[in-house]
Amino acid sequence: MTEKVKVRIDGEVIAATAGQTILEVARTNNKYIPALCYMEGLSTVGACRLCMVEVSGVARLLPACTTPVQEGLAVATTSPQLESYRKMALELLFAERNHVCAVCVSSGHCELQTLAQEHGVTSVRYPYSYPRLPVDTTHPRFVLDHNRCVLCSRCVRTCAEVEGAHVWDLAGRGVGSRLVSELQRPWGEATSCTSCGKCVQACPTGAMAEKGFGVEEMTKRRAAVSRLTSMREGE
Amino acid sequence: MDKARIGTCWLDGCAGCHMSLLDTDEGIIAVLRKADIVFGPLVDAQEWPEGVDVAIVEGAVSSQDDLKLALTLRSRSRIVVALGDCAVTGNVPSMRNGIPRRELLERIYVEGATVCPGVPTDGVPALLKQAEPLHSAIKVDVHVPGCPPKANAILMVLGDLLEGREPDLGSKLRFG
Ligand code: SF4
Ligand code: SF4
Ligand code: SF4
Ligand code: FES
Repeated sequence: MTEKVKVRIDGEVIAATAGQTILEVARTNNKYIPALCYMEGLSTVGACRLCMVEVSGVARLLPACTTPVQEGLAVATTSPQLESYRKMALELLFAERNHVCAVCVSSGHCELQTLAQEHGVTSVRYPYSYPRLPVDTTHPRFVLDHNRCVLCSRCVRTCAEVEGAHVWDLAGRGVGSRLVSELQRPWGEATSCTSCGKCVQACPTGAMAEKGFGVEEMTKRRAAVSRLTSMREGE
Repeated sequence: MDKARIGTCWLDGCAGCHMSLLDTDEGIIAVLRKADIVFGPLVDAQEWPEGVDVAIVEGAVSSQDDLKLALTLRSRSRIVVALGDCAVTGNVPSMRNGIPRRELLERIYVEGATVCPGVPTDGVPALLKQAEPLHSAIKVDVHVPGCPPKANAILMVLGDLLEGREPDLGSKLRFG
């Protein structure tokens, strides 16, 4: 039941399978679309808006990670308008929390920092909001630093869909949104946490880290989490 | 041909960006063929001079003195460069921004002091409510992120500016 379709990405005709998303098709064909909340092997939520693309015949921009392809779809992955929106989205992420890369465990290995560099973000035009945010150190092995969280929900989905524990959720609205473990219980007291560490590995930023790492020391094994789901699909 | 005039200063920073400037080693000689450094930590001038072509500013705007100097150098300089993350983003100095000033000063100088507890007031400028990036106080023409920015990035920026080109930092630099 795999219907084949033909789509165009930046003018190039590409064969795809109906039901695949624009982002998946682009990735398998080495076309670059930036993404932050997307992670291979997890469900998609369209939260970060970095993967927005132009689809011909559609007046508004569409997120590539949640938009399925269909026959004849023509996508532009980059344009001056898209670039300017992507920069805005990145700058807003920096302005929303306290990202002090110079003292961050993930500096040099952080997807947000890398995206900013790739898109030539050398300063943030919006006023920083400097929220006063907690750092949860109650878990014996891991730390959650809300200052670095971009609310991508990759940890939420990893824990629920891959580990099956569903420790995390997002609570609140807008800039007041926070990642919470088990109905606001500190992470260390979350009885459903198996301490598997998958959420830490999936987190794109320095918001989740293993204890005992200094500045620039925390590298993540995201592919390991994605590989788990692909191995299960093969079963 | 007249030489260009460069001024440098640090506001709320750690001097690391100036160390990086010194790390340009002999690269600085090429810069000095085209320009004089007329103000800075290594120059014996008391006041930011008039007619500066390139102002290089390290550090966040964190105190009354920082703000005053930022406004002065802006009015007396053609091009202002924010050098390093503190000037560009607020960086480490901005980590105090969620804490009210009084609480912060008392925590450090009263609760944290083993000798002479008391918030210093003599000879130190008053803190602003928050430590902010330079562009929140004055117009900034070029942002050079990095903590500190690499020496060759500084040379590239200075080289471009002294040749009258707009530096194209593109994807060469990152925060941190
Ligand atoms: S999470 Fe990334 S962007 Fe944020 S401070 Fe750490 S390295 Fe910088
Ligand atoms: S360590 Fe494992 S079980 Fe615990 S919150 Fe993270 S993903 Fe869930
Ligand atoms: S902790 Fe990390 S993975 Fe979880 S929402 Fe925040 S940035 Fe995303
Ligand atoms: S990757 Fe598509 S919205 Fe985040």
